[in-house]
Amino acid sequence: MLYREAGQFKSTYAQDLQILPIAQDRVAMAVLLVVAFVVVPAVGDQYWLSALITPFLIFSLAALGLNILTGYAGQLSLGTAAFMGVGAFMAYNAMLRIPHMPIVGAFIVGGLCAAAVGVVFGLPSLRIKGLYLAVATLACQFFVLWAINRIGWLSNYSSSGVITAQRIEILGYAFDHSRDKYLLTLAVVSVMALAAKNLMRSETGRAFMAVRDMDVAASVIGIPMMKTKLLAFAISSFYCGVAGALYAYCYLGTVEPEAFTLDLSFRVLFMIIIGGVGSILGSFLGAAFITLFPIFLNLASKWLEHMLGIEMSHAVVSNSEAIIFGSLIIFFLIVEPNGLARLWQITKEKLRLWPFPH
Amino acid sequence: MKRTLALVGAVAAFAFAGAAVAQKEQFVPANFYWVGPYAPGGSGFGGGIIDYMAMINERDGGINGVKLTWEKCETEYNNARGVECYERVKKKGPTGATVIHPLSTGITYSLIEKATADKIPLISMGYGRTSAADGRVFPYVFPLITTYWSQATVIIKFIGQKAGGMDKLKGKKIAFVYHDSAYGKEPIPVLTDMAKQYGYELIPLAVPHPGNEQQAQWLQIRQAKPDNVILWGWGVMNPTAIKAAAKIGYPREKIVGAWWSGAEEDVLPAGSAAKGYISAGFNLPGSDFPVMRDIKKFVYDKGKGEFEDKSRFGSIYHTRGVVAGIVTTEAIRNAQAKFGKGKPITGEQMRWGIENLNIDDKRLKELGAVGLMPPLKVSCLDHEGSGLVKFQQWDGAKWKTISDWMEPDRKLVRTKIEEDAAQYAKEKNITPRDCAKDSM
Repeated sequence: MLYREAGQFKSTYAQDLQILPIAQDRVAMAVLLVVAFVVVPAVGDQYWLSALITPFLIFSLAALGLNILTGYAGQLSLGTAAFMGVGAFMAYNAMLRIPHMPIVGAFIVGGLCAAAVGVVFGLPSLRIKGLYLAVATLACQFFVLWAINRIGWLSNYSSSGVITAQRIEILGYAFDHSRDKYLLTLAVVSVMALAAKNLMRSETGRAFMAVRDMDVAASVIGIPMMKTKLLAFAISSFYCGVAGALYAYCYLGTVEPEAFTLDLSFRVLFMIIIGGVGSILGSFLGAAFITLFPIFLNLASKWLEHMLGIEMSHAVVSNSEAIIFGSLIIFFLIVEPNGLARLWQITKEKLRLWPFPH
Repeated sequence: MKRTLALVGAVAAFAFAGAAVAQKEQFVPANFYWVGPYAPGGSGFGGGIIDYMAMINERDGGINGVKLTWEKCETEYNNARGVECYERVKKKGPTGATVIHPLSTGITYSLIEKATADKIPLISMGYGRTSAADGRVFPYVFPLITTYWSQATVIIKFIGQKAGGMDKLKGKKIAFVYHDSAYGKEPIPVLTDMAKQYGYELIPLAVPHPGNEQQAQWLQIRQAKPDNVILWGWGVMNPTAIKAAAKIGYPREKIVGAWWSGAEEDVLPAGSAAKGYISAGFNLPGSDFPVMRDIKKFVYDKGKGEFEDKSRFGSIYHTRGVVAGIVTTEAIRNAQAKFGKGKPITGEQMRWGIENLNIDDKRLKELGAVGLMPPLKVSCLDHEGSGLVKFQQWDGAKWKTISDWMEPDRKLVRTKIEEDAAQYAKEKNITPRDCAKDSM
């Protein structure tokens, strides 16, 4: 009843092409942005901001990066964590070695370096596809970790290979509080998500999707394979690289190379599978599910214990969390193999008819 | 006037009865891990510290009447979860988190800056960032008892002694099999420096996480035929290494493990292959220490206690956790003595309490922990406090102590600590404290 587009007429092409064609969606998005930028920092306490929402945003960005490559361009990759690592370590080096480097500049340097690595390891995609390509990107994962561990220059010869992010300062304002870091992350993520959304609606995005759906057909209709695939790798790695830099600077503060192991690559891959392959919104939903849900389960088991007044062995609780989380993943994949984003879409379609289903 | 005040006080006390009761509590977070490949270490250590605090509550009614409270948070030995747990617990209790034992070198690194900003001390007992022993640069971080670099020098000394003197090390080959992480890489600079000093050849062999695949490394050992192997492993990597050594016929008596490679959980899965294996340690196992008997009497005999499997009582990880409990409660006691007995202390006061901690032989005797841990004296300059290490050998059924407390090469370690701390201070624009002036 509320969510209906009847009576909204479009009289120009621009109106027809806008991202959110329905007025209610625009209002909802505006409300969401106001909540994210104004309400959340005002009411959220430090725990929520620094331990829950900031990592959620950072992982959303990484998932978004992988979604561009895997969801839109159809190239399966297991190197996400490696690209994040490149971003984090190169942003650190940019800050360390280039005098007067602005922090956003360092993020961009980190992203560009990751993009360069992504292009190099994307080269095999010109010849191989699918699972075989995943194995080739796996090589990237191992090579980058090896390089970070072995090349002392990258970690400024730290004995343990650990880097400590420098202080974030923009125009003389120090970003020390978790609220500041949250806002910085949010700004970066919003801008990049908007850019990704628009990119996917452009010619480049359509070329990506053509390659994904059938690359032979795509090349027949004149889409350059090499340029398109490598561009997909570059853009995707850039996103992952910036996410890695944010991970180091706005979230953990100190990073060891082991933070970027294969486990993380898989986690990001699961995020897009659960959230929705080939969907911007899906990246956010998937990241929310994978990063926040285990913590929610953990807190919920505490409340449950408190309310029921029973004491459970901590090991049992910890293990059952893993079991519940795993079974929920399977449940979601069976109920909706296209991910949470698809569920959301169905909800919206139903809402348009509600309350008169016929 | 006085009566009115008393009356108002009584009313207030009545109104805030809940709060007033809570005021007599000291909150110590238990951020450890009970699941995953490193769970034996996490649950053992965590069990020890909680058991000790429970015993203090039962036996003494807390510390000067202030009850100790705690809450478990699962970190999974994962940095991100560790940070989440830290943020979750830091404001709990009447005075916030008193102190954090991260029990992971990675989590310690991630928390150094956050905890310093929040004024919550970190105790990384036998792990973490070695150069944090320079208390001038790291006021809130305490790698207590002994650090990786101290341990590395003691292990080389031990190998030298076995060879019949440090000069005998010349020309010898020592392989260093390590967990490829911040933890495993930490001692390499010290081992390299000592290689130059004593003329042995160091063969570093990295084992990737989690360490259940080591054939390539042990094949290299078979080719290089080193005189000794230093095993710097963690979790499943340790028994795998011992089994691999047995497979190629490398004598286990020549393998010296670090203290995170020297618990019952590390040798039992290797079975008979582990017999003769030597490891370092900064605490001894056993359930006969008076303090352990008290834990049994006041906690386990009442049907409480952290371990369902009673055979883990008195194991290395368990007593290591008890040592952590002793250090924590003694520091709280110390801080109370200065800032007010019978009152919960803040993290800032706790920092003073740890920095001025002095657990000498006399105090160890009172605590019933003689021999369980070395004496400990912390100062503003030295956040390590002891540096002593003992060696133990697995006889197939239990760990047998085979050395006295051994001194590290303090000069070498201290120089490297100050170098590294100075570099950190420069990167972070920290002006080191002046220890002569700084009393608070």
